Amino acid sequence: MDIGAVLENAILQFIGFNACYYAIAAIGLNVQFGYAGLLNFGQAAFMAAGAYGVGQTVSIFGISLWWGVPIAIGYSVFLGLLMGVPTLRLRADYLAIVTIASAEIVRLIVRSVKFRDQFGGTDGLKGFADAYQDVGVKLGLELAGEYGFWIFTFSGRNLWNLIVGWTLVAIFGVIVWALMKSPWGRVLKAIREDEDAVRSLGKNVFSYKMQALVLGGVIGSFAGIMLALGNANVQPDNFSRDLTFFVLTGLVLGGVAKVTGSIIGPMMFWGFYAFLDSLLRELIDKPVRIGDFTLLQSTDVGVVVYMIMGILLVVLMVYRPQGVFGNKKEMAFEGR
Amino acid sequence: MKDADDLSAAEPAAVDAPSEQSEYARAAKAALSGVSPEPGAKKPDPILTASGIRRAFGGIVAVDVEHFEVQRGSITALIGPNGAGKTTFFNLMTGFDKPNTGQWAFDGVSMDGVAPHRMAARGMVRTFQLTKSLTKLPVIENMKLGATGQKGEKWWNGLFPSRWKAQEAEIEARADELLKRFKLDHMRDEYAGALSGGQRKLLEMARALMTDPTLVMLDEPMAGVNPALKQSLNQHVRGLRDLGMTVLFVEHDMDMVHDISDWVIVMAEGQVIAEGTPNDISSNPAVIDAYLGAHQGKTLLEDQV
Repeated sequence: MDIGAVLENAILQFIGFNACYYAIAAIGLNVQFGYAGLLNFGQAAFMAAGAYGVGQTVSIFGISLWWGVPIAIGYSVFLGLLMGVPTLRLRADYLAIVTIASAEIVRLIVRSVKFRDQFGGTDGLKGFADAYQDVGVKLGLELAGEYGFWIFTFSGRNLWNLIVGWTLVAIFGVIVWALMKSPWGRVLKAIREDEDAVRSLGKNVFSYKMQALVLGGVIGSFAGIMLALGNANVQPDNFSRDLTFFVLTGLVLGGVAKVTGSIIGPMMFWGFYAFLDSLLRELIDKPVRIGDFTLLQSTDVGVVVYMIMGILLVVLMVYRPQGVFGNKKEMAFEGR
Repeated sequence: MKDADDLSAAEPAAVDAPSEQSEYARAAKAALSGVSPEPGAKKPDPILTASGIRRAFGGIVAVDVEHFEVQRGSITALIGPNGAGKTTFFNLMTGFDKPNTGQWAFDGVSMDGVAPHRMAARGMVRTFQLTKSLTKLPVIENMKLGATGQKGEKWWNGLFPSRWKAQEAEIEARADELLKRFKLDHMRDEYAGALSGGQRKLLEMARALMTDPTLVMLDEPMAGVNPALKQSLNQHVRGLRDLGMTVLFVEHDMDMVHDISDWVIVMAEGQVIAEGTPNDISSNPAVIDAYLGAHQGKTLLEDQV
């Protein structure tokens, strides 16, 4: 067994592109869930809004790729308002139901035959990211070249994705950190505790919840933008429920209501995933059998890894409910 | 009762604040002296008036108040047996619930259809029967939340501390002053969850004062508070009046009602059944009936006859 290769995989995933766009999504989700207490189970929909926003520019509208950013923001603001207006006056559970349903509706619309001309159907959209990669080339990166040292060697294409992605993580991390230290953030945290108390002190709770939902959604849409640009394509089935819940898992792992938690959580999620995955694959070079019954073979690894991650998450919630970086006093899960 | 008095005497606030004789207390008493003790009595200078307020939940009429006025600068108690509709009436007055019919005005301005979050800016603030201290925020943050008109509460300003730092410092100074007044300054940086039940009541009251209210509405301020702290709470409520505020409070604790209120309004079964000074009320047969039943004092034997 090659434990070196296992660790190498884990480290590369820890700082890799997956962790990066998950972290952006988690920063956004943290604004909604961690700070404002809004149970958004539809972050995938906001990510889809971002991804399709940039994808449509070149592929459908035939305009410059960079219009994709305002379009993506527009889509996610619209989506946030659409979800929030009917539900934010109601109890938190309703938002959870509506967001999870909306995310599915968005995914089914973009992959539908009916809207094939707008969203590309099940094939999705591709061939729009050239302008993005050209910027990297102009800055001196060769897309096919090799960069880095020791185990950290990346192709120019990958390195460019990582540079842009982690820069976005840093920008949004700082923005959210600054906002949460401001009186605005204080109102959000207070709403998470008790809406009526905040209302009695003269704050428009509905408006603040809407702002949190939309801001978190817009940040989430940048995760989608990053995913689309990084892969140079948009696939509708990337934006399934799994995505929302993996992002949420990463956030909870790191610790809600902490910017560091929302960034390092998704990194740990992917690092851990890669570690377990490689480890199991190294261990099971041939199927594990009991008599004629095949207990475990290499094709089962993917599922088993998720099972182990699930168990570990349960254990974490029992013994450290605030996550790795969370503040226990502020963020134990009781009564939430 | 004696024990509680001793304890309060040990507190400096109680010593240097003989509030009964304060100028505001005398003014309130004088203003109310000419008011006839009957339900729906008109006050010389009402800050809150309501008429024809009716709220039904399905077939049950929870509140049906013909006329209701609160004298400016007074401490008015709203009492009544359980289920009399006091809290519902409170919710209606503060916009947390809407009446089926009726008109009410605060400071001469109709409050019909005004959202609860607009009340604070107009000078009306409330507390809750079940304390709503925000347990996972530090005490000082709880306080600062109360200030109205904060620039930094707009997200586009929030990003730029230069736009709100100065105001924040002012607010913090005011919050610290109030915390000192309410003797919570030693808990300043603790999470509100670390406070005792009574301290949470104090915090909620102090936080409400951060909105700079003219009318403070307290929903059962004494519920779950130990006798020693009750005395100090009493002082604080009197202190509000002596700062020129009007206080309307719902309470079951008759000692407190007697102690501090200038005027008492009694509700039963959703209606105002009596009004008057605390002394008027304690001898009012309608009130005794409402609390103890119309047949109290008669033996069961007579009932059976």
